Amino acid sequence: MTNRQPRIEGIAAPLPRANVDTDQIIPIIHLISVTRDGMGKGLFSDWRYGPGGAEKPDFVLNRAPWRNATLLVAGANFGCGSSREHAVWALREFGIRAVIASGFASIFYDNCFKNGLAPVIIAEAATVTLQGIAERHPAEPVIVDLESGRVRAAEGFDVPFTMDPSRRRDLIEGLDEIGASLAKSEEINAFHAADRLRRPWVYSHKPS
Amino acid sequence: MPARTLFEKIWSDHHVAELEGGRHLIAVDRHVLHEVSSPQAFSGLAKAGRSVRHPELTFATSDHLVSTEEGRTDATVPGGEAMIRAMRQNAHEHRIAMFDLGDERQGIVHVIAPELAIALPGTTLACGDSHTSTVGALGTLAWGIGTSEVEHILATQCAILTKPKTMRVTFVGVAPAFVGAKDFILALIARIGTAGATGYAVEYAGEAISALGVEERMTVCNMSVEAGARMGLMVPDEKVFSYLKGRAYAPVGAAWDEAIASWRTLPSDPGAVYDADVTVDVSGLAPQVSWGTSPEQTISIEEAIPDPAGIADPIARKAAERALAYVGLKPGERLAGLAVQKVFIGSCTNSRLDDLRAAARVVAGRRVAEGVRALVVPGSGSVRAAAEREGLDRIFRDAGLEWRQAGCSMCAGLNADKVGAGERCIATSNRNFEGRQGPGSRTHLASPLLAAAAAVTGSIPDRRTLQELTT
Ligand code: SF4
Repeated sequence: MTNRQPRIEGIAAPLPRANVDTDQIIPIIHLISVTRDGMGKGLFSDWRYGPGGAEKPDFVLNRAPWRNATLLVAGANFGCGSSREHAVWALREFGIRAVIASGFASIFYDNCFKNGLAPVIIAEAATVTLQGIAERHPAEPVIVDLESGRVRAAEGFDVPFTMDPSRRRDLIEGLDEIGASLAKSEEINAFHAADRLRRPWVYSHKPS
Repeated sequence: MPARTLFEKIWSDHHVAELEGGRHLIAVDRHVLHEVSSPQAFSGLAKAGRSVRHPELTFATSDHLVSTEEGRTDATVPGGEAMIRAMRQNAHEHRIAMFDLGDERQGIVHVIAPELAIALPGTTLACGDSHTSTVGALGTLAWGIGTSEVEHILATQCAILTKPKTMRVTFVGVAPAFVGAKDFILALIARIGTAGATGYAVEYAGEAISALGVEERMTVCNMSVEAGARMGLMVPDEKVFSYLKGRAYAPVGAAWDEAIASWRTLPSDPGAVYDADVTVDVSGLAPQVSWGTSPEQTISIEEAIPDPAGIADPIARKAAERALAYVGLKPGERLAGLAVQKVFIGSCTNSRLDDLRAAARVVAGRRVAEGVRALVVPGSGSVRAAAEREGLDRIFRDAGLEWRQAGCSMCAGLNADKVGAGERCIATSNRNFEGRQGPGSRTHLASPLLAAAAAVTGSIPDRRTLQELTT
């Protein structure tokens, strides 16, 4: 494949909070849309903007150089709450390609891979260290090396992250999950044919 | 065969293929759609030239942003029209059963799925909403998904899942007065935290669960995701079978008999092993209310708000301080007696007939307190109709509560039903996040009983108030 993306590299914004929920990542008002586009402006909108729409100057993504961040370093249980995939779309459209945290809520975690956003799990203490490094060396890039499975940054920071190798490969190559599943159409059809005999009551209702 | 849990039985019954990295292709028996998480899935499908593989296993409604006003139309909520129409259009085009505005069957996805018997024991059900585990109360393996996965299921009728570990939460003991399903689950979340069950499928068990009605069990399963679990389920029993019998999409005749026979094989085998085990004794519980901006920040009405200074973990301490500042409360304060401006009785957690009955008993013959706006929002048109047949609507209206049309309403703050900035709301819903019920809104999660009591007294009740209101 031509657009292999073996590493994600860029400015990392520290967001030292646990339990960042998807209602915060993208408040629901921005979900009134039938397209995926345009979500970036709603990213963290309650934290980024004041009542009149003016930027809050102390929020990290409103400060240089982090307004051009490619990575976000947060606390535990990132992406909890609502299943809205809009949260991932908003992060991606803003330019975020990896979120580094000590843990992710499971629906959010799955949504990430489907949109080429890397959810990178490192130890809690390492997130705190990395946030400190991002504060002290804001202009120095943080690197998520998907091939070796390590996160590197200034001050010699170099730690492994937890991610299944097949999922790392999906992020590197880009994936067509539906296409891959449809390639298993025969197995799916065979399952349904057998299941109709085994559990006829599942299929006995009249459609609509 | 080794002893298996309820979860393992349903999982293996639906296993289609093993994928890489511990992921699996799992057949989805029922797929439920709503207007907010599905439009982009349909456009993705169209763009790739794919079709809906099993429209007869797919069901749709509009619930999240619909208005709950009398005489509502598609256009009542600004911007909502396009989404409601897209849902209708997509359902029509792909021959998917649609429970639309004006149809009595319309309502919150997780309320209509069980009441129409779209969800059945031993089946799998997916929906683009995190509270899909609600229907686990019927013994359904049900989980919430994002929009890309909605598209995947539309195209393949299968979901991709990492196999979760299993956790059993056993509720033992007999619940004291004023303590019910909502208090059980809030107490569990307060104890294990919002990530306490991340990566697990939770099976709720024990005599205190068996003692609950089917609708109350849904309240417990509903909030599994607030403990981090994508799936929460319970062994189906005779109560579940009689709940389902005769409902719209329930099997009939010989199919019903086959279904029952199959459902009786579902209970976890004796000796089945769980990856984690938690026991909660409900006999010592008092009614629970959340104080902060995360469901784990919950205490009983008899406790004082904890002091963040006592929290060792610096991140958790900062979160608690931030939450207190947001909700405008101080450590040591008690929730009982705290004035509220809004009362919300509704949402997929507590908008079924039993919930409305519990609230009506408290408000009957009383009046909403001065300065309080109280909304009662039935979870579906069918709940609304059933409540009206019992005269509950009159009880609410006579007491000055608003009797609304079915939908998510003030749970999500997506339509006009919002809590104002700085206003305090006691809500029967499931999330008290910053801004969840509207920018600046302050939410206290509680049971319908406490919410109804707050509606007529104007403040979060203590035990004595509850006693006075219920005798
Ligand atoms: S009632 Fe609230 S939690 Fe339930 S589906 Fe609707 S918005 Fe989600």
